[in-house]
Amino acid sequence: MSGILVILEQTQGMSIEALAAAQQIASELGQSVFAAIVSNDGQSVAAYKLDKVHAVAHPLLAEYTSDGYKLALKQLIEQHRPSGVLFPHTYQVRDFAPALAASLGRVLVSDVIGHRVENGSLVLVRQLFQGKLNADVRFQGDGPWFASIQAGAFRAENAVKGDASAPVETLTPTLEASQIRTKPLERFRESQRAVDLGAAERIVSVGRGIREQENIALIEDLAKAMGAELAASRPICDNGWLPMERQVGSSGQTVAPKLYVAVGISGAIQHLVGMKGSKTIVAINKDPEAPIFEVADYGIVGDLFQTVPALIEALKK
Amino acid sequence: MKIVVAIKQVPARDSLLKVNASGAWIDDADLSWEINEPDAYALEAGLQLREAASGEVVVLCAGPERATQTIREALAKGADRAIHIETNEAATDPLVLAKQMAAALESEKPDVILTGLQSDDLGYGQTGVILAEVLGYVHATLVMSIETTGSGIRVKRELEDGWFQNVEMPLPAVLTIQSGAAKLRYATLMGIKKAKSKEIKAVPASAGAAPLVTLERVYFPQKSKKSQIFEGSPQETAAQLVEKLRFEARVL
Repeated sequence: MSGILVILEQTQGMSIEALAAAQQIASELGQSVFAAIVSNDGQSVAAYKLDKVHAVAHPLLAEYTSDGYKLALKQLIEQHRPSGVLFPHTYQVRDFAPALAASLGRVLVSDVIGHRVENGSLVLVRQLFQGKLNADVRFQGDGPWFASIQAGAFRAENAVKGDASAPVETLTPTLEASQIRTKPLERFRESQRAVDLGAAERIVSVGRGIREQENIALIEDLAKAMGAELAASRPICDNGWLPMERQVGSSGQTVAPKLYVAVGISGAIQHLVGMKGSKTIVAINKDPEAPIFEVADYGIVGDLFQTVPALIEALKK
Repeated sequence: MKIVVAIKQVPARDSLLKVNASGAWIDDADLSWEINEPDAYALEAGLQLREAASGEVVVLCAGPERATQTIREALAKGADRAIHIETNEAATDPLVLAKQMAAALESEKPDVILTGLQSDDLGYGQTGVILAEVLGYVHATLVMSIETTGSGIRVKRELEDGWFQNVEMPLPAVLTIQSGAAKLRYATLMGIKKAKSKEIKAVPASAGAAPLVTLERVYFPQKSKKSQIFEGSPQETAAQLVEKLRFEARVL
């Protein structure tokens, strides 16, 4: 039993970050790296430095279902017996990977942001309490271990290409239609996006700290004074205080403006993944321990209802 | 329809946390506690499903003695009765917890089990999915709404990047509920009064396997960036920030 298996999705991005993580962790543990993709086409990732690509293909896997993915990948893992299995921490992985690990009597360590190898054994770092604390996590018992990698924790450009194309092996798992209990219907979007936050040079974003819908006007004034687009964290859009199209984060838009001003946003990981690529980040929050300050270039610890009016005044000078 | 809603009690959202003497969990002495926010949305979804399909809502909660406060609040909002799995183990892994929940539900045979998509403390985001696996139920995550159909249910799931998908499935099923999908109700005075006489069945946590994943150390993260924090009156901090944004970062 050896080697690290990284299970990729067809949409690249986070999958290549997970591949970079697998390569890095495997080299520190002195192990080989295998990739798997649920697709007929393993060639799309064969350019990376991998010992093998497993293309897992079956007509019943054409549309994602948690039952189908769990049963197919379980067979792959039982055949190849890797020492560890890595995933990108996508919504799809969150839907099936915990059940896959449990079906093999293991526990997935989800949302990993870092790692180290201590005396040949792996310690993973993940966040607790909405990013307020970090934890070092260790696996007990037999392998394989399972982990999913948070967006932005490893860099896709560090994924190493191979000298030659990696060999691709197709696995056709044994699946019966009766084993797939859910029936997925078509995918849809609710509304067209009228606001493209991705194109904005400056963004002023508001979170729970604003407390009431009528206070949003204050943040609108700040955005106007800065020549910025107005955005928000998820709870603001859930409350209907701003439209969903203005939401930044893993379930909204990903932005990387020149200036991102986070007002009353604590900085849960779901928000941070959507904005931490911004060039300059400003945080205004009353809680000095708020995780938003970890990514901020400039910060003001204080009451936004005093700070924001003062800021609007200062911008007029 | 028998609906079980699995809830968790967590520290209040704006708690100032401290690491305890063991270094492997938080000091829970002076904290105030509340229902895990995603679970509040699961409870709301459960109450709405009962209103649409009739039946009962049973709250399931693992935790120490203080969790009864959060359980009472759920009963006051309209749940019919509760099962309290008594445990003092705060940071166990989600497979151990799911097995304890499955054992506590053995005689219940629920049609639907609802829970929040993740907890605000450990945040594994897995307990519901693993519970489905342990019970052999079908599951769906990130559920926005639930409709009953002739043979089962149809749920609306949230996907990434603003996409959604409807998925049909038979019962029994476990659903993890996305936060914000519905307006949360408040407990009424009548609800609070009635809650006092509703049943809370205490069951011991089933002795099971040891955790397969352990927290070795918890700590405050190191800042990944050197941030400049401005101090002084609102006017002073605002002036310093604008100065820096104009002349150092050059973004205004």
